[in-house]
Parts: sequence; C-alpha cells; structure tokens
Amino acid sequence: MPVNPELVGRDFPPTAPYLVGREKVREFARAVFADDPQHTDPDAAQALGYADVVAPPTFAMVIQDLTLQQLLAEPDSGIELHRLIHAEQRFAYTRPIVAGDELVATLAITQVRPFGKGAMVTSEATITDADDAHVVTATSVLLVGGDDQ
Amino acid sequence: MSAHTIDSAELAVGDIVAERTVHLTRESLVRYAGASGDFNPIHYRDDVAASVGLPGVLAHGMLTMGLAVETVVPWLGDAGRILEYGVRFTRPVVVDPDAGADVAVQGKVLALDEESVTIDLSVTAGGTAVLGKARLRARRG
Repeated sequence: MPVNPELVGRDFPPTAPYLVGREKVREFARAVFADDPQHTDPDAAQALGYADVVAPPTFAMVIQDLTLQQLLAEPDSGIELHRLIHAEQRFAYTRPIVAGDELVATLAITQVRPFGKGAMVTSEATITDADDAHVVTATSVLLVGGDDQ
Repeated sequence: MSAHTIDSAELAVGDIVAERTVHLTRESLVRYAGASGDFNPIHYRDDVAASVGLPGVLAHGMLTMGLAVETVVPWLGDAGRILEYGVRFTRPVVVDPDAGADVAVQGKVLALDEESVTIDLSVTAGGTAVLGKARLRARRG
C-alpha cells in the first residue's frame, strides 16, 4: 500500500499529557553525553533562570515520538515501521523543555511526495505546555520505501 | 579553539567554538534506547541488523544528533539560547561489539549577526561525515 497523500491536512487529537520528570531529564542527559550541569543540577539550572533541570535540546524527540506512534496507528497511512528511514530532523524552539513541564504534542503531516518507489513524508509535532504556550516544534522527514519486489 | 564567548564582539565566522570525540559502545546504545524509548532492535541485535542488510548494529541517529549538539552547549552556557537545530542523517554509525565507534564533533561559526549565531557541526565517524547540514542557530543576548 503506498503512502496515503490524504494524510496531509488531516486533524489528529493532541497526545496525552507528558509530565517531564527530573530523573528522566538526568537519564536522557547521560544517554546523550550531556555533561553541562544545567541538565542534572537544579541549582545550576536555577542560576540560569529555570525552575528545574533543563532537558537537552533533542529530548523533544521523546514527545514527538508519541505523534509518530499516532501516525503509524492510522489504518490507512500506508506507512510501516520496517520500511521507514529517518532522513532529517529539525527543531524550532520558543523555550527549552524543563523538568516539571506538562507537554502535549499535536501531529500534522505537512507533505507527502513521491520519492523513488516510495514517498518522502514530513511529519510535524507542535509541542505546547500546560498554559497552551508553544515550547518547540519538532519536524521529521521520513523516507518510506516502496512495496517489496 | 576560539576563546571568544557567544556575546563577544570579537567572535568571528570560522571560529571553532567547541570540539570533542565521543566513544560509543553497545552499552551507549542500550542506554539511549532506554532513555529515549526507541527500542528498534537494529540498535542492539546483530542478527536483526544483518537480516535487514545493515553492515552491523547502528547507533540511533537521534543519539548522534543529541551528542553533537551537546558538544557546544557548555560554550553556549544555556541550552535555552538555541532557536533552531536541524540535521540530515547521511551515513549510519556502525558500533562494533568490541571496538565500539568514535564520533568526532567540531562546532564552527558559520554566520553571525548581533542577535544570533549559526554554528555548523562537523560530525564524523571513521573519517566519514555521518550528519549533513548539522546546524544550530542560537541567541547571542
């Protein structure tokens, strides 16, 4: 089944709220070799004006991933995990993610275009906080392979 | 390496602001899988990687993207300065079960004005670029 071009413009419900925990931020920081104390030490983060530890910039992917699960769960998407290649990733920040944030992400497919035997899909997650204020927009460009010969 | 801080008037295009080499092992990949929730087995099972035609177990692209930007965060002083960050995943990082893999990162000033600085990240493994157009733009003030 080819990628469904009608995914562009489809409305998706916001993801369930994700509460960012201090220990999760520390765990993620260690995993990406993030040595700066703002990611692990609340005093260092507070000295920069934040309420708690600052998540590394790519932590937004953990929230965006919830929207990619939504996309894969669409019965008519034509997108299967085993044929997917992550080609590009971008983030546009209003502010960093901080422990204590309660975040929701809203999925939008902004482009589906033919690419070889498959398609190139641009999937965007707009991530907002408990006050409905923008935090970060995460954009993935996914290459979806064509059907196996 | 440039001694100039992000808000220094002397910061110039071409300045190298940070560099490091990160040694990845299979443990690094399992740690990232757990921290990120990405449990795709191509990142920890040789048999699965081989069955889909890969040259070996690969590092998560998002691990490479994450450690690359964290190379320059201490120089930025505040990760919250970052306005935009993007990469293309051009080549996989194969992580040998014994030898692991070394990922070398260098951040260089690509462009700047009074408000922001654009840093180009060179990210290589075994002498080959693994990320393309890896760039971040950060507030200077």
